[in-house]
Amino acid sequence: MKEENIVKNKDAVIIGGGVVGCAIAYELAKRGMTNVTVVEKNFLASGATGRCGAGVRQQWGLESNILLARNSCEILENMNESLDYDRDIEFHQGGYLLLAYSDDQWQQFLKNVELQHKNGVMTKVKTPEEAKEIVPFLNTEGLKGATFYEKDGHADPFKVTDAYYKAAKRLGVEFLLHTEVLDIVTKNGKIEKVITTGGDILTERVVNAAGGWSKEVAKMVGVDIPVVSERHQILVTEPVAKMMDPMVMSFELGIYCQQTPHGSFIMGLGDPNEPKGHNIDSTWQFMHEMSSIITDVLPPLKELRIVRQWAGLYNVTPDAAPILGKTDKVEGFYQAVGFSGHGFMIAPMTAILIAQQMLGLELSLDITTYDLGRYDRGELVVEPSVV
Amino acid sequence: MSKSKEKDIIVCRCSDVTLSEIRDLIKEGYTSVEEIKRITRAGMGPCQSKTCGPIIEREIAIMTGKPIEQFSPGKQRGPIKGVKLGTMAAANEGGKHREE
Repeated sequence: MKEENIVKNKDAVIIGGGVVGCAIAYELAKRGMTNVTVVEKNFLASGATGRCGAGVRQQWGLESNILLARNSCEILENMNESLDYDRDIEFHQGGYLLLAYSDDQWQQFLKNVELQHKNGVMTKVKTPEEAKEIVPFLNTEGLKGATFYEKDGHADPFKVTDAYYKAAKRLGVEFLLHTEVLDIVTKNGKIEKVITTGGDILTERVVNAAGGWSKEVAKMVGVDIPVVSERHQILVTEPVAKMMDPMVMSFELGIYCQQTPHGSFIMGLGDPNEPKGHNIDSTWQFMHEMSSIITDVLPPLKELRIVRQWAGLYNVTPDAAPILGKTDKVEGFYQAVGFSGHGFMIAPMTAILIAQQMLGLELSLDITTYDLGRYDRGELVVEPSVV
Repeated sequence: MSKSKEKDIIVCRCSDVTLSEIRDLIKEGYTSVEEIKRITRAGMGPCQSKTCGPIIEREIAIMTGKPIEQFSPGKQRGPIKGVKLGTMAAANEGGKHREE
């Protein structure tokens, strides 16, 4: 190392300036650990956060996911005030309408609803006719039924990240943007130093919040995590007057679609044949396939013009559940990765839990089911409801 | 230019963003077109920043002193002009999502 490399001491270095990294920074600072740096290789929310579908769903099929989502949703409900945000995170609770076309899917939904009710998420079961009362122009052909939870919704991912960033910054957190982490140095199984393009940072704690690049970051400390990155594409239409309140979603069709407060419709589609990797180019095939499916499910959308398409990375684990917290492989190495496409909606509660664990505080929710060791132990937490 | 005049000048016509908002954000430290776009929606409308993009770049250059040539070019996204979802769907013959 060159001597002129800036060396500073930090209590923690967070790698990744997405919603997860910024939220963890804030939750640490709020609990007294303010000597923290967030390192982001581009700008804030430039990765998966700023490219996501913006949905906030509590209708999950696993108790731990339901609780993470419910708690996060409650935080979002009051976020403008709790983070003293001078803009608006545009959180809107128009509900999520989940569609089931097959018997299998319907049975799974009914099972999920039972579990959701036990955990305070009061989802309603709807017949196709009742689903039409929520979205009058919904094509119910072939529809078995739907579930609806009115407190699901969506928020602006840029603004949520910005709100955490501004609140963390006020508390003294340092943000190094356009700065890349080149390596992490460990000694005797402990974190010692983070080497960045902006100089070296001495620290005993590192948080991997690198989203689509989490595997590469973990590799720097010699930890192999079973995640792959996978492109998911999305498009947005011109804004029109309010015509649809909830997010409409089908796991079988692999789609989700919502009308934003701004009036545009945002929609995405999962491609089961998507090759793994960091490619985030847009394709015309997606635009065609998305258009076909959505104009079938929501026919009046035919008249809306597509304005823009883009893509982002899911960071996917074998059980579609995130990898959270410390690992016994390296002391001081914490992770909040592998969110498998739903990191934005559970980031608020996840950040609190990671901060609590780092500070040795009592955890508000048990996150041991999400630890990296579950893959070695063979205790996967399989979530049945993902796009 | 007075602050009230800045508030009257629309920089992004698609999303109604004024010169005053742009200058306030640059002062706050949002010093790239990409960041300003994410906060204000400037450049996310039907014209895809063809009008506001260069104006915002110029404002950033003036206020930060960084030459425009050093800015990374923003991503240009398709479609070039708005296309109806129905037109796209009709063009996608053989789309058979329901039969699967």
